[in-house]
Amino acid sequence: MPSIDLWYTTRASGLVALVLLSGTVVLGILTAGRARSALPGFARAEVHRRLSVLTVVFLAVHVLTAEIDTYVKVGWLAVVAPFTSSYHRTWLALGTIGADLLLAVAISSALRQHVPARAWRALHWLAYLSWPVAVSHALGMGTDSKLTWALGLLAVCTAGVVVAAGWRVAGAHRAKAALPRTVIRARRSIRSRAAGATPGIGGRP
Amino acid sequence: MRISVDPAACDGFGYCAELVPELMALDEWGFPVVSQHEVPGELLDAARQAARACPRRALLLAGPVQEELKAR
Amino acid sequence: MNTALTTRRASRLIAPDALHGPPTLEAHLRRYGPLSLGGGPGAQGRDRLLAEIERSGLTGRGGAGFPTARKLASARAADRPALIVNAMEGEPASAKDRLLVGTTPHLVLDGADVVATVLGAQRTVLCVADSAPEMARSLVRAQQERTGRGRAGDAEVRTLSGRYVAGEESALASAVAGGPGVPRFRPDKSVALSVGRHAAVVHNAETLAHVALIARYGADWFREVGAAEAPGTCLVTISGGVECPGVVEVATGAPVSEIIGLARLSSPPQAVLVGGYGGTWLAGEDLGVPFAPGELSRLGASMGAGVLVVLPGGTCGIQETALVARFMAGQSAGQCGPCLFGLPAIADDLAAIADGTAAPEVLDRLLVRCGAVAGRGACRHPDGVVRLVRSALEVFSADVASHVHGYPCRGRAAPSGLMAQSGLMGSFRDGWGR
Repeated sequence: MPSIDLWYTTRASGLVALVLLSGTVVLGILTAGRARSALPGFARAEVHRRLSVLTVVFLAVHVLTAEIDTYVKVGWLAVVAPFTSSYHRTWLALGTIGADLLLAVAISSALRQHVPARAWRALHWLAYLSWPVAVSHALGMGTDSKLTWALGLLAVCTAGVVVAAGWRVAGAHRAKAALPRTVIRARRSIRSRAAGATPGIGGRP
Repeated sequence: MRISVDPAACDGFGYCAELVPELMALDEWGFPVVSQHEVPGELLDAARQAARACPRRALLLAGPVQEELKAR
Repeated sequence: MNTALTTRRASRLIAPDALHGPPTLEAHLRRYGPLSLGGGPGAQGRDRLLAEIERSGLTGRGGAGFPTARKLASARAADRPALIVNAMEGEPASAKDRLLVGTTPHLVLDGADVVATVLGAQRTVLCVADSAPEMARSLVRAQQERTGRGRAGDAEVRTLSGRYVAGEESALASAVAGGPGVPRFRPDKSVALSVGRHAAVVHNAETLAHVALIARYGADWFREVGAAEAPGTCLVTISGGVECPGVVEVATGAPVSEIIGLARLSSPPQAVLVGGYGGTWLAGEDLGVPFAPGELSRLGASMGAGVLVVLPGGTCGIQETALVARFMAGQSAGQCGPCLFGLPAIADDLAAIADGTAAPEVLDRLLVRCGAVAGRGACRHPDGVVRLVRSALEVFSADVASHVHGYPCRGRAAPSGLMAQSGLMGSFRDGWGR
């Protein structure tokens, strides 16, 4: 049924999901990068996990309300298959792709004990991809992206993720410089000979 | 129940030493040293939580139940 | 120095004339006679072979010295296991496997045949290092003469990356299976190695050569020479401050001083590194010890890969050990934190002591780090380095004291390149440096 409340819920939950996703990604980067913090490492990892659950919850609300609301016809197939909706075809597809990626990450993490370590890590890297996809979807769909406060919110989220990612990349270089030269040579020669080896220190997403 | 570390899997996250400092400490490079291999009753839950928290599944718990599960 | 030696070179595996002339199958059979995988067909024959190997008391010649029959017996429990022949010679100070494969490849292949028969092996893989292509060539040439005669003729020769830890059992099994070729954590050694779906067992090339002789001449013959606890002969690589470095074959239990005497010493040695780069230093006054497991273990040493590196007087043992420690640190597989970070730290501390730039606290810190690193890896690589360093600190304690207090020691200021020389043992082909 058409309902302005559903429409507002879709937009609000979408924004909230994006903010939560940004926070999840930042915490994930800090966890993998072993950032020092007042919070113990295992606790930060736990907060990251719970934030990701909240993200999925709000994403589900966002998708469901969009489907139920008949003001715009989105189509149930478009929930998982991109480019199958006539409404804002490309921008919606991005949303579908982002949701698919997040679903893969979420399911593999929920079943982590049963998924092989390498597969889990590969899937988890997709989380990095889901974030810019989600941001593009939010900007492209357009409904609220003209509002200053919404753009400001997106800018803050983007800044957070970019700074964290930059810190991580810079940190990786610093960590490599700190390793003894004999060690770097040893690891390089092992990696060049081993395809698909389980990465040691520094080989995490 | 005995606690031990798979040194090849361990990447030095240190969550184990945070969760069960009575049994584990970290060396100068951030890698775990087991100070006590036998897990006392009151720390069993904490030890299991630590094993679940390890991102590399490098913390190993071996007791009668565990061995039975492994044998299957 | 002209003490009459009671130790003579043995000639079971290496006869002087084998060093000349190509190692053909014909020459091999002429020298050793035919190999009958005897005792009769089927399971009875296999049992008899295994019993003979057990009676012989043969122990592994790859470094661990594990009783060969026991290894075979537990591998037999597996269904059609894979036999992996370790001819990697990862130990830089060793050249014995290179010599063996170069001069009597057929003996190694005979041994592989015997063991493959006993195990009912579905597959045999001969592993050599990429730094020694001539070993692969020698094996392939020998195999070509044997097609249709025994399984070793069909065995696969694999050339693998020759890093130090690559010769470790589980690392080798991993490499053969197409994996990364790094050691696997094995808290329970009784759990078998595996390659793919099949169990795997690893034997050193020299061990198999002895098996080939036991299958021909029997356990009693094998036990005629050597120490009771580890009978037979063994190949020893002697290098360092000797006039004729190379590989000799001696009976086990011969005194270390006499074994190194076979390589001609120009002066009494200061110390000898026994076993390999992960071995133990023995002081000059302890060199009368028999080269056998029990006797050596009382001095904290072991036969290892049959390596004896002689440190001449006037050379600083701490300097040389620091070089070895740095090399070993670089050979870490990089899997385990204590090894990856601890070994370079230990090497740095020892180098600082050797340079005379270290305060006494560095020595304390070094000892603490040794204790922190040992036993905390997936394999025994860090343990070997710790054993080497600890024995150096003990045997060269006077030099350590001088260095730490800023005085020069009795050695030269610069390293003599002793270890570099022993590291060049890999390029040795014949038994004596000529």
